[in-house]
Amino acid sequence: MYGYQGKILRVDLSNGICKVEPLDEKVARKFIGGRGLATKLFVDEVSPLVDALSPENKLLIATGPLTGTPAPTSGRYMVVTKSPLTGTIASSNAGGYWGAELKFAGYDIIIVEGKSKKPVYLMIEDDTVEIRDASHIWGKFVSETTSKLLKEVPEKSRVLTIGPAGEKMSHIAAVISDVSRAAGRSGVGAVMGSKNLKAITVRGTKKVTLADEEALKAVIKDCGAKIKENGVTGQGLPAYGTAVLVNIVNEGGVFPTNNYQTSQFPDAEEISGELMAEKYLVRKDPCYRCPIGCGRYCKVDNIEGGGPEYESIWAFGGDCGISDMASVIKANYWCNEYGLDTISTGTTIAAAMELYQKGYLKNEDLNGLSLEFGDNEAIIEWTKRIGLREGFGAKMADGSYVLTNSYGVSELSMSVKKQELPAYDPRAIQGQGLAYATSNRGGCHVRAYLISPEILSLPEKLDRFAIEGKATWVKIFQDLTAFIDSSGICLFTSFALGVEDYKALINAVLGTNWTGEDILLAGERIWNLEKLFNLEAGIDSSQDTLPKRLLEDPISSGPSEGNLSRLSEMLPEYYKLRGWSVEGIPTSERKSLLGL
Amino acid sequence: MEIKVRLFATLREKRGKEVTTVLSDSPTVRELIDSLGIKESEVAILLVNGLDAKLDRQLQEKDVVSIFPPVGGG
Repeated sequence: MYGYQGKILRVDLSNGICKVEPLDEKVARKFIGGRGLATKLFVDEVSPLVDALSPENKLLIATGPLTGTPAPTSGRYMVVTKSPLTGTIASSNAGGYWGAELKFAGYDIIIVEGKSKKPVYLMIEDDTVEIRDASHIWGKFVSETTSKLLKEVPEKSRVLTIGPAGEKMSHIAAVISDVSRAAGRSGVGAVMGSKNLKAITVRGTKKVTLADEEALKAVIKDCGAKIKENGVTGQGLPAYGTAVLVNIVNEGGVFPTNNYQTSQFPDAEEISGELMAEKYLVRKDPCYRCPIGCGRYCKVDNIEGGGPEYESIWAFGGDCGISDMASVIKANYWCNEYGLDTISTGTTIAAAMELYQKGYLKNEDLNGLSLEFGDNEAIIEWTKRIGLREGFGAKMADGSYVLTNSYGVSELSMSVKKQELPAYDPRAIQGQGLAYATSNRGGCHVRAYLISPEILSLPEKLDRFAIEGKATWVKIFQDLTAFIDSSGICLFTSFALGVEDYKALINAVLGTNWTGEDILLAGERIWNLEKLFNLEAGIDSSQDTLPKRLLEDPISSGPSEGNLSRLSEMLPEYYKLRGWSVEGIPTSERKSLLGL
Repeated sequence: MEIKVRLFATLREKRGKEVTTVLSDSPTVRELIDSLGIKESEVAILLVNGLDAKLDRQLQEKDVVSIFPPVGGG
């Protein structure tokens, strides 16, 4: 089989049985791989009403047909499950090297089901698969777990693991591979912890078979040149990482500050990518076959590790009122060690800070710690308490919605479908607001990165305050992104590459003759599949909305002063373009067109 | 006329973070960047007082111009 390895590894933890099943190539090609194919397998096997932390939920880890091929950035994989945070389908993407290694071991997808009676880890070396005791690593941090496992598994293995947060089933726990690459959002780490699965190590020696090696070589050369010439992928990201966005977003007054109370942070320079490069950056940290190298590796005091990314800097920085980059780097480090999503952890601390600011919390409740905006120690110490579910940290460990709701003020949770919003104020950037509200996994910027046209002028400049045409852009970005997320290469290639490039890559690998329309249709199919699951899970279109503050309280100061999100003016057009009813439900015509 | 120019990322090389220019007439942004030795191709994001602007924008006293080279996403 071209592109795919043709094998699914099914791990039944309740009975301790591992089986290899054949991959249906027809289904694979219809849903591509990664996010799309794993979602298809998931919805076919699991009820939308399943309890996310029960043994009946399943955890899928999926590569795409391009993963492990010579295509640029071909190391990505997706973690797919039902989210304990949102109740929607979850698909968390990560890079590093683990995904490519799984493909080399000969598997397209792992399906983990049931629950082990005791903590275990999975060891994979090509055809050998073993469920092994993990009692000696349960409770350990991600880096110690990784180094311990590397001593007892085949040489050159890659390690995917949860930290203490996933073990304690925090709804904002991440799955981490290669020490600092996170499948961060939606609490996928909690699902892994609920199954008593601590880690998966993988070593592989099999290559991926390509349909047309010569054609692929030519396409890769062309894509490589485009990636190098593009300012974002060829200059900005390599030099500064995603952290370069801090000043860009802040300069326009789009940088949410103090739990989204204001939109411009006076000290943004202190937590910028420029400052990071000057004071804390040790080196770039590229993923498998990546010519961009946006990953960072920083050192501060006795702490060093991967990151931080723009979103993480924002969540712990501007959103918590912190101007100390050193503290932000440390908080990010501890998120990686405890296995926590940096966005949800930082913004949940920010929500707690607003609760404190408004008098909902008493000092006696806070275990001797501060919850004041701008307190450097607070972001570090609360991250640790959240990671261990300790003291007041236990109230924060399931995200900002659960926290604020317990005080009767859930409107202080800056989230959509209970997943915390990321680092761009939708009152100042209309298309991104529509993207946030309609994302199938809740608050998220990568499902449709409208920042690209609305701020970065890629592929063309859009007026961020305008609403005309935004619904069309959001749909296209959502559909194309779904395809890229399913292919196994990195979303960041899309700053430089277009539909025709992805078409050329996939056709050369699979031996198909797909058109650009086929690519976008596949993406649209995947988008609708997710939406249909969510509807059956009880997440209907009444949840395609934004926090009250962003709909009703205009930005109070800065360049974007006076603006609100105009979501209600864009949403009906969006539903129409998607071929959905006015209630936001896919019609039978649309489902038929998509083969669903 | 005094205009504050805020530079970011690679544009800071040899120029620093902030430059205050003094120009006689009301210049366009194009004339301003020219006076700083910045090429048009180096300007990917251009803001005047935090809002999107074009190169032929006529500047006024106390305007703050922010210029970013082609950069990043996350």
